[in-house]
Parts: sequence; structure tokens; C-alpha cells
Amino acid sequence: MKPTDPAITWLEPKPLGLTERLYLPLFLQGLTTTVRHLVSPKVTVNFPEQRPVVGNPLIYRGVHRLNRDDAGRVKCVACFLCATACPAHCIDIVATESPWPDREKYPESFVIDELRCIFCGMCEEACPVDAIELTSLLDLTGKSREEMIFDKEKLLSVYDMTKMTEPMQSAELERISEGPL
Amino acid sequence: MPTVIVDGKDIEIGAEERLNCIEAARRAGAEIPHYCWHPGLSVVASCRMCLIETGARDAATGKISMVPKLVPACQTPAKDGTVIITASALVKESRARVEEALLIDHPIDCPICDKAGECLLQDYHFEHGQAERRADLHPFTSRRRDVGPTVTLFVDRCVMCTRCVRFAREVSGTSELMVINRGAKEEIDVFPGYPLDNKLSGNVVDLCPVGALGDKDFLYQQRVWFLKSEPNVCGGCASGCSITTEHNQDSVYRLKPRENPHVNKWWICDEGRYGWHHLHDQTRLLAAAHRTPASASQAAVGFQAVEWADVVTGLRRDLKVAKRLAVAVSPLLTVEEAWMLCAVARSIDPQAYLAVGFIPRSESDETYPGGFTIRAEKCPNRLGVESVIALFDPAVHHWEDLLEHVQAGGASAAWITAAYPTSASDKPWIDEETAAVFAGLECLVVQDFFESPLTKHAVWRLPAAGFAERAGTWVNAAHRAQTFQQAIRPPAGVWPEGRLLWNMLGRRGLYDPVAVRQQIAESSATFAALAGVLPATGVDLRLHQLATP
Repeated sequence: MKPTDPAITWLEPKPLGLTERLYLPLFLQGLTTTVRHLVSPKVTVNFPEQRPVVGNPLIYRGVHRLNRDDAGRVKCVACFLCATACPAHCIDIVATESPWPDREKYPESFVIDELRCIFCGMCEEACPVDAIELTSLLDLTGKSREEMIFDKEKLLSVYDMTKMTEPMQSAELERISEGPL
Repeated sequence: MPTVIVDGKDIEIGAEERLNCIEAARRAGAEIPHYCWHPGLSVVASCRMCLIETGARDAATGKISMVPKLVPACQTPAKDGTVIITASALVKESRARVEEALLIDHPIDCPICDKAGECLLQDYHFEHGQAERRADLHPFTSRRRDVGPTVTLFVDRCVMCTRCVRFAREVSGTSELMVINRGAKEEIDVFPGYPLDNKLSGNVVDLCPVGALGDKDFLYQQRVWFLKSEPNVCGGCASGCSITTEHNQDSVYRLKPRENPHVNKWWICDEGRYGWHHLHDQTRLLAAAHRTPASASQAAVGFQAVEWADVVTGLRRDLKVAKRLAVAVSPLLTVEEAWMLCAVARSIDPQAYLAVGFIPRSESDETYPGGFTIRAEKCPNRLGVESVIALFDPAVHHWEDLLEHVQAGGASAAWITAAYPTSASDKPWIDEETAAVFAGLECLVVQDFFESPLTKHAVWRLPAAGFAERAGTWVNAAHRAQTFQQAIRPPAGVWPEGRLLWNMLGRRGLYDPVAVRQQIAESSATFAALAGVLPATGVDLRLHQLATP
């Protein structure tokens, strides 16, 4: 579209009034904001010595974890729905026949590239058995790229670490469906 | 012409055609859902999913009289004046009830079912089923039953369409599968000690409209929605079955038959179906290598990897120096590749000896009651290669002739294209003794898929492409030419034969099989039918030759 296009309506800024031209009222307005922040309570925390308070850990989207079922086995059934939903393509699953009679398949390997992940939480929503969940762990750091590629063991260990503070969100569903899917 | 009235639309069908209402409605663009009917099998009309309203129009008065009940479309022939109503309220209600009945006992395990994404039960339920479920919801897993070396049965997922049972009776003629029990307790099973073990067994998995039959080779490997499919042609034998190669990120996951009434109908054999694993074999040749003459004496250690650009120039130079050239054109090469190979060979040595490469064979053709044939000739393009060589040399030589020619000292250089997918663990296609014939040559070029006794004598050892990595035309045993595109890219370091030859001919840009095909079609009467875009089912070269004398 060219600037001369008749479809364009050109708007001119309003000319400044007397108060605007005086400059002082706007100066005072700005200074008020500065002074208010000077005296209001501080919200900054001295991370990492001080931990920030996570409002609701159940809906916070931090590091992933792979949940375990009652028998301590990985809950995941290797359906690939999280990998399908993932917009960043950061989940890699290798499925195989499960060694347990009540389950058909399970993930032989389950790898999440945490550096590639955008923490959108779509995997959590897609999971039909609530095996993958995002925890409220927010300080995800590492010294190498390899360290940030989380495998099944590491994701399960995140569950072991957080299961006391963040109970599984699917407990309710488990009760309704009488046993794992 | 007989006229069928589908949802108020007049559709003309052929006078000799014997169509049922499903096929007639399809001509009008109306899809009638069905589980048990398959065009390649007998009609049982047991699933009741294709129930429609039908009637007849009186030819004289134009008055329509309807049948009071719903009838199965698969069993109702479409005749002149047949009226088909595919989507009335009554028909829709009936479909919803059939879906509901099927889902009462069906496990709700779509997330872990391998069929999810290509399952007719899912599709039809989405389209014709009802959103509300009146039966109890009991998520459970399906019982598994091992029915044979290639197939696993998930008993509870079955909808009892009996397509697999009819296939084993009518097409493979082996009758391993059967229905046991009655009514709601019906199950598919095999007789103890007689598993589903025939060379067409994989087809029952394709036939299964739901996830009841699982292919052990593909089970849990990949979800079907990740797969991309490319129409292709099977290179396993001279039948040249139409297939689709299903792949993801340059990895093949499975092969499926593609409907082709002239070649394989709806089926392929297990040998072809599972015959893609060599593509991803760790031991395949993955780089071009050259042995300098000085190190030729030091047995097998003298190979050095070379750039393909150097192969293009080096091959021509070496063969030119050696002068008398003999070329084996592999029957696995496409028509385009064979033509370019002959053209390159003749440009190096105008008297070059051209012969069809080694043709792997089994004992005899195997024909099944359903008309499916597995050919003894285990290569897809012997006829095509023979016809190409005939364009350059009226006397078409074969592999045995070439061996004699070389043994008699008729050649000082040989270029053997092989590409045989016999891995190192199999018996190699050539034995030590035969390979020794080529030992004394000045320059031996071998293009093969795996190491073989022959590659030990090679001066140039070049990797070959697999069937899914090629593009071009193959001519099957019935003279049917089928074109296909490259399905996956070959591994880094492998140039398909076509690319090397294209560059050796000094042509610019990327290898374009269509351009080569056009050139062949224009320059020869044999391949005149290859001009332009070929139908997906291929063309009969002989028929075209008869039509254009």
C-alpha cells in the first residue's frame, strides 16, 4: 500500500494545550510515581539466596516430571500425544511392549530437551493418563547442553523430589476410573 | 447406459459394470461407511454399517417405489433405475446405533492403540456416532493373542468384520484364521499349532478396519500421524507391486500396498512388505571409495574415501585409460538410470559391452488362489533394462555372457552396477569364484549396496541407493511401466546412481528423471508410452506399441 492510497485516513496529532505546554503538571505526575515506588513495600527478591513465592504450584509451569503409579512404575503409556502436541518438538519417546500384564506399552526412553521446551504446558494437557506434569521448580540451570536433556530417570527423579510438596493432579481421576488406564 | 439415482442425482454407470451400492454411491461422491465389505473379498453384509434406503425407478412411468426396510449397500447391486438414499434420518439413526453397539465392548484405549489415526471405528464414530455414551465406561486394555510370526491379535478391539478370515480363505487360500464362539462372545482365533504363517499374512493388518490386528514389525514403532507416505513401487520381485512407502525424517517405518488393478490389486507379499530393513542397515556402504593402483596389491586395505565430484571426473578418466569397457546394468536400476549408464559407457568407449546385470532368482513363481503372484525373478526391472540396452546394442547380453566376455579377455575395464539388498549376514549375490573373474582387470567399478566378494577387487567402490531412494521407472514382468518419486533421501555420502550418471553426462542442475524419461520416450518406440505424466497405476508398454505401429 502506498502512502498516497485513498483508502488511508491520515490522522494528525492534536495540538498541545496550555497545561501540556507548561510541562510542570506532567513533571509532577511522573515524579509522584517515582516517589510512590520509593516508599511502597519491595517485591524484588535476592535470588538465589531468597526464594520467590510461587502463587499456585499446581498451575505453575516449571520443570517437567514423569509421575509414577501406585506400584512405583512410570505412569506413561507411551502414546506420543505429548510429543504430538508439543509445538517445540522437544519430546522424544521410544515405545516398547511393557513387561507388565496390565499395561500394553511403556516408554523405553523418554527424553525432553529442556532447552528447546517453551514451557507452554500443552504436553500436560494432552496426556491421557496424567503422567507428565509441570512442577513449580523454576531455577533450571546447567553447565552443558547435554545436562539439560532430561531422560526418563531424571524426569522420574523430579517426581520423587516434588511428590511431597506437589501431589499428583490426577488422583481424583484415578479414583473415578478404578485403576490405571 | 444404466442410470443409478444417488441422493436424487442421476449417475451413469457402465453397461458391463457390476457395482454394488457402495461403489455406485462413491461415483456420486457419497461415502457409505462400511467395515466388512472390501472390494477384494466376498460379501458377507455382517457389519450392518452400510445400511441404506433403496428403491427402484420405473423406466416407463418414472415412478419410484422404495423398499420398506433398510438394506446393506454392499449386498445390493446397482442396476438401471436403482435409487440409493445415503443420508436420510433413518439411515443416520441406524449408523449411530451400529456405532453404539460396537463401542459397548470396545476398549477405550485409543491413546495406546497403534491404529489410532487411521481407524475406521474412530472415523465413523466421529462422523456418524453419537456424542453421548449410554453404556458404562470401563477403560481397560485388550487381551493379546499371538496368531502368527508377523501378526498380533488384540482380541477385544475386534469388531468381527471377518475381513481377515475371508482373506485367509479366499486370497492366500491358507485358511488359518477362523471365528470361534457365538454371538457377543465371537472371537478371531487360529487352530492350535497352525499359526497365521503364509507369505501374504501382513495383508490382514491392512484389511483390519480397527486396531485388532497389529503388525509386529511396526507395532509401537511410530504413531501413524507422524508418517508421510509416498507412492512407490516394490523392488522385491518382477511383479513390481504398487506400494506406498511410509516414512518420517528419512526413515522408512512400513510399506503398504497401493491399489493397482493391473498389478497387485490390494495386496503385497510379506517379503516385499518387510523388505525395507536393508535401507537402514548399519553395514551398508555409505561413501565413495577409491583404491590407488599402488595399493591394489595390498588386498582390502587400500580404499580411500573420495569426494563425489572427484568420482565424476576420476571414473571417466580411469575408464578412458583402460579403453575396452564392459558394463553390467543392474536390473534394480530404473529405466532412466540404465539409459544414462549406457549413454555414459558409450561416450567413454563407443564399443562398450553392455549386459544386463545378475538376476537373482528363487525356485519358481508362487501364485495364490486370489490371483496374487510372487515372481521367482527377484528384481523389479529386467525387462526395462533389456529394452534400454536394446536401444544401444541390438544383441542384448546377459550376466553370463559378460562373465565369458571378461574371462576371454574381451574387456580391460568393467563397471558393475549391483545394488542388491543382500546384507553381509545373508549369502552375498556373487561368490568368490565368480568375483575372481574380475580380479585381473585394469579398472573395476562396483556400485553395490553392501560389501561383497566383488567389492574386494574394485578400484572404485561406490555405494548404491535403495529402492525408496530412487526415482524413475520400472518395467515389471507384465511389461507395465510404473514411475515413482524418491520417497526418502539417501544417507549423507550416498549419491543415487541417477545423480552420478546425470553429472557424468555433464548435465546441469539436479538430477531430473522426468527430463530423462521424456528424452527416452521421444527417441525410442519401445518407451514411447512414457511421454508425459503417467497414471498412478502405470502404462502397458506392449499395448502402446501395438497401438502405435
